[in-house]
Amino acid sequence: MNAAAEVALKPAPRRSRGARLLENRNVLSALFLLPSAAILLVFLTYPLGLGVWLGFTDTRIGRPGIFIGLENYEILWHDHVFWLSVFNTILYTVAASVLKFALGLWLALILNEKLPFKAFFRAIVLLPWVVPTVLSAIAFWWIYDAQFSIISYSLIKLGIIDTPINFLGDPTLARASVIAANVWRGIPFVAITLLAGLQTISPSLYEAATLDGAGSWQRFRHVTLPMLTPIIAVVMTFSVLFTFTDFQLIYVLTRGGPVNATHLMATLSFQRAIPGGHLGEGAAIAVAMIPFLLAAILFSYFGMQRRRWQQGGRD
Amino acid sequence: MSDATTAAQAPVRRNKGGAGDEGGMGYLSSLPRRVVTVYLPLAVFIFVLLFPFYWMSITAIKPNHELTDYKNFSPFWVVHPTLEHIKYLLFESSYPQWLWNTMVITIAATVISVVVSVLAAYAIERMRFSGSRTVGLSIFLAYLVPPSILFIPLAVMVFKLGLYDSKWALILTYPTFLVPFCTWLLMGYFRSIPYELEECALMDGASRWQILVKIILPLSIPGLISAGIFAFTLSWNEFIYALTFIQSSENKTVPVGVLTELVRSDIYEWGALMAGALFGSLPVVILYSFFVDYYVSSMTGAVKE
Repeated sequence: MNAAAEVALKPAPRRSRGARLLENRNVLSALFLLPSAAILLVFLTYPLGLGVWLGFTDTRIGRPGIFIGLENYEILWHDHVFWLSVFNTILYTVAASVLKFALGLWLALILNEKLPFKAFFRAIVLLPWVVPTVLSAIAFWWIYDAQFSIISYSLIKLGIIDTPINFLGDPTLARASVIAANVWRGIPFVAITLLAGLQTISPSLYEAATLDGAGSWQRFRHVTLPMLTPIIAVVMTFSVLFTFTDFQLIYVLTRGGPVNATHLMATLSFQRAIPGGHLGEGAAIAVAMIPFLLAAILFSYFGMQRRRWQQGGRD
Repeated sequence: MSDATTAAQAPVRRNKGGAGDEGGMGYLSSLPRRVVTVYLPLAVFIFVLLFPFYWMSITAIKPNHELTDYKNFSPFWVVHPTLEHIKYLLFESSYPQWLWNTMVITIAATVISVVVSVLAAYAIERMRFSGSRTVGLSIFLAYLVPPSILFIPLAVMVFKLGLYDSKWALILTYPTFLVPFCTWLLMGYFRSIPYELEECALMDGASRWQILVKIILPLSIPGLISAGIFAFTLSWNEFIYALTFIQSSENKTVPVGVLTELVRSDIYEWGALMAGALFGSLPVVILYSFFVDYYVSSMTGAVKE
């Protein structure tokens, strides 16, 4: 009895102010959040601000810049290469996203069917997405080789064309080629995430629709698509975001060439800033990407709101 | 007549497939129709998605004289496989060093990110401090900030901090995209653990730290694996920071090294390049093959929440 009382009493005097502070929810959670907050504030928030600031300066590599106001943006405004890169970025993003969405949804619908070895197929479908982009882009570089392209070889053998296709040398073909490589890499992400969405749709909805006389197209149009819309919004926002800011694929395949036909804003920003040394101008190009990204993020936000609403949750 | 046969067949097929649960009415479509609508497109998809890997592998073991001689050798096959390119890669280039660098940087960045994210996710999801929703939302927004708009200011910072051309430059900057992702993922996981378990432990006198280590973490091992392998893959695949912050050959990572050092002047060493690409992909592919389901769940988890 005595001993028990002692045990019960003992912790009380030991509770110093520090220990009591540690029990305070706000203090403790601040402590838990400290490491990640430190990392993100120092290496994410601060650089974001610094980037905006650099866009207003004429900083070069090895020389701190001075504030020059909107001069960088004025230069860019009259720079037809910059406008070409904006055009390319939008074309690249729209074309690649539409294709990724259409093909990804198709693949997801196929994988949602009853199939033998389904898990296996699902696993290998995701491979292009797992492998480092730069390394698969190098494989595409070889596939797109002007002389020894395997695609040209096959098409010549089949008698469809006579001379090898100059995939990366011709502006239009180069654009199509990088878009194709991007779509190749992006399909798995779209397909697998949409597949996860498809699997949450109850089969009874399809059965009900069939009993009401809906054909397969009508079932797709009036059951699958509406149920999938929120997840499509989110997946496609991610996809658009990553395509819009793509750098690796272009850098490996064309470095922006031929005659800047495939320069994206990200690659142009890199080229002006790092090899070119004009950090200020490069930062200004990067900042010019932000409005587009914000638009995509807002779109995603409303997509998720709708999803939550659809799932019956409160706002 | 035909109606009678389909009606008779339908239940049989249904039993055979053991289904009715997925696909629902799959038994209604006939086999030839399925071949055209399902199997054929699937085969084309699989072929297109996997062909670059086949092409990569076959090029890596092709001797140079076969590589560009399409007249005498079919490019789709290899007649005299050789390990020449792989030997060159492993013994005559800095490739092993790049592999090692990538490994060190990736593991360090992953461990830091996962530890930091566990703490953050637990605080945001379970401690319900004032403003936890706002913090959660800003973590999500941080995930949406792409590296291609951060690399210029980060390069300036890395230079000022004296980290330029060192592994630390990458170990410290990779968490900028890993921490938001892992935190977001783990928040979803922690949310699925019942509150009652924590309340019991709290009544028994456990501290928050003990609850996290002894109750939450053991229960969220699948989540930790998902976050870990995903962070590993993301940092293994990272390119733009590694390209910008690293100068010397001995500090390069695999993607940067293969691209910048194996391409010499106008002569492309396609064999060595492909071998480099293949070996650089293998670690993530092996990891992936062991944890397919975790990958899928982390990928879908990231967009679902």
